[in-house]
Amino acid sequence: MALIDTINPLLTTGWAKGDAGWSLKDYEARGGYKQLRRVLESKMTPDDLIAEIKKSVLRGRGGAGFPTGLKWSFMPKAAPEKYVVCNTDEGEPGTFKDRDLLRFDPHSTIEGMIIAAYAVGAKRGYNYIHGEIFEIYQRFEEALDQARAAGYLGSNILGSDFSFDLFAHHGWGAYICGEETGLLESIEGKKGQPRYKPPFPANFGLYGKPTTINNTETFAAIPFILGMGGEAYLGLGKPNNGGTKLFSVSGHVNRPGNYEVPMGTPFAKLLEMAGGMRGGRKLKAVIPGGSSAPVLPADVMMECTMDYDSIAKAGSMLGSGAVIVMDETVCMVKALERLSYFYFEESCGQCTPCREGSGWLYRVVHRIEHGQGRPEDLDLLNRVTDNMMGKTICALAAAAAFPVRSFIKHFKTEFEYHIENKKCLIDPEVQRMGSGFFKAGAA
Amino acid sequence: MVEIEIDGKTLQVAEGSTIIEAAHQLGTYIPHFCYHKKLSIAANCRMCLVQVEKAPKPMPACATIVTNGMKVFTHSDLAVKAQKAVMEFLLINHPLDCPICDQGGECQLQDLAVGYGESASQYEEEKRVVPDKDLGPLVSTDMTRCINCTRCIRFTAEIAGFMELGQSYRGERAEVMPFIGKTVDTELSGNIIDLCPVGALTSKPFRFSARTWELSRRKSVSPHDGLGSNLIVQTKHDKVMRVLPLENEEINECWLTDKERFSYQGLNSVERLTKPMVKQGGEWKEVAWNVALDYAAHALRDVAKTHGGAAIGGLVSPHATLEEMYLAQKLLRGLGSESIDFRLRHSDFSADAKRKGIPWLGMKIADIGGLDRVLVVGSFLRKDHPLVAQRLRQAAKRGAKVSVLHSADDDLLIKLQARAIAAPSQMPAVLAQIVKAVCQIKGVASDSTFAGVTVSAEAQAIAQSLASGNNTGILLGNFAQQHPQAASLHALGGQLAAALGGGFGFLGEAANSVGGYVAKAVPASSGLNAAAMIKDPRQAYVVVAAEPELDCADGAQALAALRQAAVTVVLTSFKSQAMLDYAAVLLPVSPFSETSGTFINTEGRVQSFYAAAKPLGETRPAWKVLRVLGNLLDLSGFDFNTSEDVRAEVLRGQPDFVAGLDNGISGVALNLSASVGGLERVADVPIHFADPLVRRSTALQQAADSAAPTARMNAVTLAKLGVAANDKVKVGAGATASVTLPAQLDAGLPDGVIRIAAAHVDTLALGAMSSILSVEKV
Amino acid sequence: MNTHNAMLSPELSAAALRKIDREVAKYPADQKQSAVMAALVIAQDEKGWLSKETIAAVAGYLGMAPIAAYEVASFYNMYDLHPVGRYKLTVCTNLPCALSGGVHAADYVKQKLGIDFNETTPDGKFTLKEGECMGACGDAPVLLVNNKRMCSFMLPEQIDKLLAECK
Ligand SMILES: Cc1cc2nc3c(=O)[nH]c(=O)nc-3n(C[C@H](O)[C@H](O)[C@H](O)COP(=O)(O)O)c2cc1C
Ligand code: SF4
Ligand code: FES
Repeated sequence: MALIDTINPLLTTGWAKGDAGWSLKDYEARGGYKQLRRVLESKMTPDDLIAEIKKSVLRGRGGAGFPTGLKWSFMPKAAPEKYVVCNTDEGEPGTFKDRDLLRFDPHSTIEGMIIAAYAVGAKRGYNYIHGEIFEIYQRFEEALDQARAAGYLGSNILGSDFSFDLFAHHGWGAYICGEETGLLESIEGKKGQPRYKPPFPANFGLYGKPTTINNTETFAAIPFILGMGGEAYLGLGKPNNGGTKLFSVSGHVNRPGNYEVPMGTPFAKLLEMAGGMRGGRKLKAVIPGGSSAPVLPADVMMECTMDYDSIAKAGSMLGSGAVIVMDETVCMVKALERLSYFYFEESCGQCTPCREGSGWLYRVVHRIEHGQGRPEDLDLLNRVTDNMMGKTICALAAAAAFPVRSFIKHFKTEFEYHIENKKCLIDPEVQRMGSGFFKAGAA
Repeated sequence: MVEIEIDGKTLQVAEGSTIIEAAHQLGTYIPHFCYHKKLSIAANCRMCLVQVEKAPKPMPACATIVTNGMKVFTHSDLAVKAQKAVMEFLLINHPLDCPICDQGGECQLQDLAVGYGESASQYEEEKRVVPDKDLGPLVSTDMTRCINCTRCIRFTAEIAGFMELGQSYRGERAEVMPFIGKTVDTELSGNIIDLCPVGALTSKPFRFSARTWELSRRKSVSPHDGLGSNLIVQTKHDKVMRVLPLENEEINECWLTDKERFSYQGLNSVERLTKPMVKQGGEWKEVAWNVALDYAAHALRDVAKTHGGAAIGGLVSPHATLEEMYLAQKLLRGLGSESIDFRLRHSDFSADAKRKGIPWLGMKIADIGGLDRVLVVGSFLRKDHPLVAQRLRQAAKRGAKVSVLHSADDDLLIKLQARAIAAPSQMPAVLAQIVKAVCQIKGVASDSTFAGVTVSAEAQAIAQSLASGNNTGILLGNFAQQHPQAASLHALGGQLAAALGGGFGFLGEAANSVGGYVAKAVPASSGLNAAAMIKDPRQAYVVVAAEPELDCADGAQALAALRQAAVTVVLTSFKSQAMLDYAAVLLPVSPFSETSGTFINTEGRVQSFYAAAKPLGETRPAWKVLRVLGNLLDLSGFDFNTSEDVRAEVLRGQPDFVAGLDNGISGVALNLSASVGGLERVADVPIHFADPLVRRSTALQQAADSAAPTARMNAVTLAKLGVAANDKVKVGAGATASVTLPAQLDAGLPDGVIRIAAAHVDTLALGAMSSILSVEKV
Repeated sequence: MNTHNAMLSPELSAAALRKIDREVAKYPADQKQSAVMAALVIAQDEKGWLSKETIAAVAGYLGMAPIAAYEVASFYNMYDLHPVGRYKLTVCTNLPCALSGGVHAADYVKQKLGIDFNETTPDGKFTLKEGECMGACGDAPVLLVNNKRMCSFMLPEQIDKLLAECK
């Protein structure tokens, strides 16, 4: 699915021709690799480069929103062997922007990575690509070949004394490899079980060497930031929330897809761009930042603008920018059951609270959904999430807990109804028709 | 050093310490499962969560590095709440049937659940069931109890050196398992039983045979290899039920080899001799002790009278205690014989008059880990000295460069820097090349004998590695000590160490390899050594705790010698068919667990122990038996009341480490051109066949390391002989002796070499461990 | 000689080994294990599924402990540790997809093929799997064919068409 709409295209400028505009010559025609050339030819210092990124207040697009320039500045200068790694393991339910970035414009990510490597002094990089998108992985490999052939990758790039090579590593189906240290373990040929931090990747990363990891969209933004200057980029969004952001809108809208809008765009505007609610039905709830972000009820969401600070103030997270839109046909217990199953299925299994807790949560929610809930179950669920959060190596346990807590918090009556009446508030047929899979009237 | 505060107590700890290490220093216990001081940090169980001032979340004490001024609270509400939460999670899928669990009473989970668990869980969903795994004859599994702490996995990968276990699948389905169809087979595998904090991995031989509270515990010392690992021997009604490591950082750390852990089964073997026996008119009779002792004393005195004391030979096991060895040599000498020896598997005794002192490790065991360059010469290291191999493995991970000179290239599970694999006859020459190369690099003069020596690439690589170090160690293993040119290897090893300015020593073959010299259980100049005593048969033999047919360098010759003797008095814990055949008197003596005694380990450390159990049946401690024999023979100096009295006489007040240890040697005429025609035998002593006790452990005899002997050759040698792997071959020694064995390809052997295990009944007929053999396809 | 590493791989074709070598070349010389995921994929493509022999062969080729390779093979969803049909169909049923018919699409396939998740049709043609988020929620319902081909907007007609295409 190509870009549907945009307010201020940067990342998505190259998407216009769909599958026909991804190759190196198209990218170059759009001004691609100009920034890399400028950096190398002007012998811009890594410090100046990082300062420029800091000015842009680009915050990591992978979910945590950590300032990218600051992250790069953590890399030890002297280390002889360093890596940059791109996180395209996009597995957070609702997120599908990185796939399209690599599909329609892989070279912006490659250029961003090369520039990042120059900034942090890395000679080698990897892009970890989500297992289920093999075709995208193949395209990226092709793009790498093009870049290598054109001298953007390899030894003495563009005649400079800077050398860097980049490879693609293909995942094979594990959400946890999106977590940056799980990802590193996976590149090392192991299970993707996250590492305890500290030490952070900047000190102990891939093969134990200093490593910078960023999300695909973060890297892809780099050439554009350098093109317009950090301040101008910041100015596109709002203070502390620089630039534009891709939002993957899914669920009950008329036009699901990716939308690039400036940070701070009202949610209402985004919803409108996505064609409004499917079948004109009423908005019930939105998960604004990927399935791990707390759900927000319609009224709260309609007041939000799409940026880190506004969504955080409303009690959720901008996360990866995956906006899951749910209308009134959705049973919130069933919705939560599916999410809880996901975290139960995807827990890597090393931490006791996550390994044991994610299954416990799922089983209790499953029971409630299947009419076997007990009055004490909601307190139990809250207690179990409480015992999971903040007690594990990575944030997956918290990610499993947030939906449970927020669904219960905002839609408690629905859960209570299930427990008391052993069935759903919403007519099963209404639920069935909500998906749009069946034509009205068909069985 | 940084200063921190734990529960209000201030302390100084080394920079880089974790909170749990700091707490340990203070004696504060922090509950934990996955943490183990010898393993990498996993931080996965989350049991050790504590509160750290200013941290918003509880922190894992095992993984959190202290910082100056840090304030830690191990018992605050936040900490206790987190710990209780984790305990609840651990228990939801764990069976709560401690009374039927083999770990019951010694389970960390059970112990901690009492302190941190709630009496009832709210978990009412179905519990996880995990299929059990077959890990082989030593370790039993009950995987539903596993809490996924991954200690066992980390042990196999990090300490034993090969990842035999893993955690497969993920999330709640995560399962600890070996590769499908595989078992745990390293020589250290039993340690995972100790490491498992719950009842998932337990001892198969011990399983359900006793409850921990029924067991009495005694400290003891391992009677096997030269390390003298410290043991806890557990008994029930005077039967040894289990052996566990007693932690001693300077020796075995917290580990035990499987041999040390499971050999106790031999103590309860059906072959235990429990009554004195005398052969009369070809018939064996069980007799009273006084009858047997009188008989033995008379017989020995008769031989001495008729043929002279020199007609009596004494063969003492190197696994015998210091006291036993001392009294045995005193007895022999009292009878007028100087022929006494404990070095049963040696074949070159030419160093005897040339040594400056007692050969020993040349350093402390604990120093091995600090070496930065090591050359191991002639050692089946992983099997002969598993815990030394383990120390070198850790050293190699810290950057030490380990090289090997040997006649076989078994995988040590250590990353090697360089290796030279040569036929036995070539080993002195290759070692000389290394010495020469090192001397060249160091710019020091080398022995004039080396003038014609050409340095090979392998030797050069080893020399270069050694010469680049600051703290080198040259270690000679069992194979080097048993080598027909052992004296040359000794002398060359010494020269090499001198050129390097580093350490040099011998990896003690047996529990009392140093003790044997201290006890003077070696021949004086007029006497015969172990090899000579059987080559030149005696009228009478006194055998102490050995099975010469399996424990001597040439078992066939030993057997022949004992058979022809007029009198063979055997002090033994076990009887065998061979023994019944050659002995005249069998005196049941205590194995290590039923006597007090002393072993002096390879670093010269004196370690005494008490009996852990009462002697079985009419068994008596050997030192007492020897004392009575001395009395009956009216020999002077046999008035001892206790084994401590004996020890006091031998050691004369050397409490911890013995004096006189010195690996110096002089006057060895090096013969570097030794070349032999034919197939040279390389004989290893398989780990579970090395001594009479371990040979009788039924579980160990089923382990992978106890596979039947084969005739191993490299591809070139096989091809030359027209033999394929798995073909049956007739291996001949001399004109008459032969055995039939399956041929096996061993790419790690040099050309012209055939490797056949010794100490095994199947290969006994082949005679000497070092010999020239012929091979014919059958 | 390291006996654990010396085991060659009788299991894989020369072509597969060449492909594995190409993957190995992506990583530093002393990090062959990094190629294990790719090597297992190549092996699975060639053999249809990953038997323990195949996994051991891959481990041997890359010089790793067999259990380390098994850990990997069992950790990632898309490795098949049991034989599967000629066409492995994986339908995403996660919430974003479900909102646009992911579960219904799966139900539809189940009904069409007469099998449930993790089952194979008696003719060995199809195996059906439930997938987690494939990063294509905007195209829901999505369905993956043999791990590598992503099919978008799988409404009934599209499913019918796909099933008919599968020979
Ligand atoms: C369970 C879990 C899953 C994650 N999945 C992804 C992901 O799919 N893609 C991603 O870019 N970041 C993901 N992250 C965040 C990464 O750990 C990391 O913060 C990010 O890649 C850093 O890049 P950024 O600073 O550019 O955002 C995940 C984190 C967790 C805890
Ligand atoms: S929190 Fe869960 S997913 Fe994250 S490391 Fe721990 S067990 Fe694995
Ligand atoms: S002991 Fe610290 S997490 Fe297990």
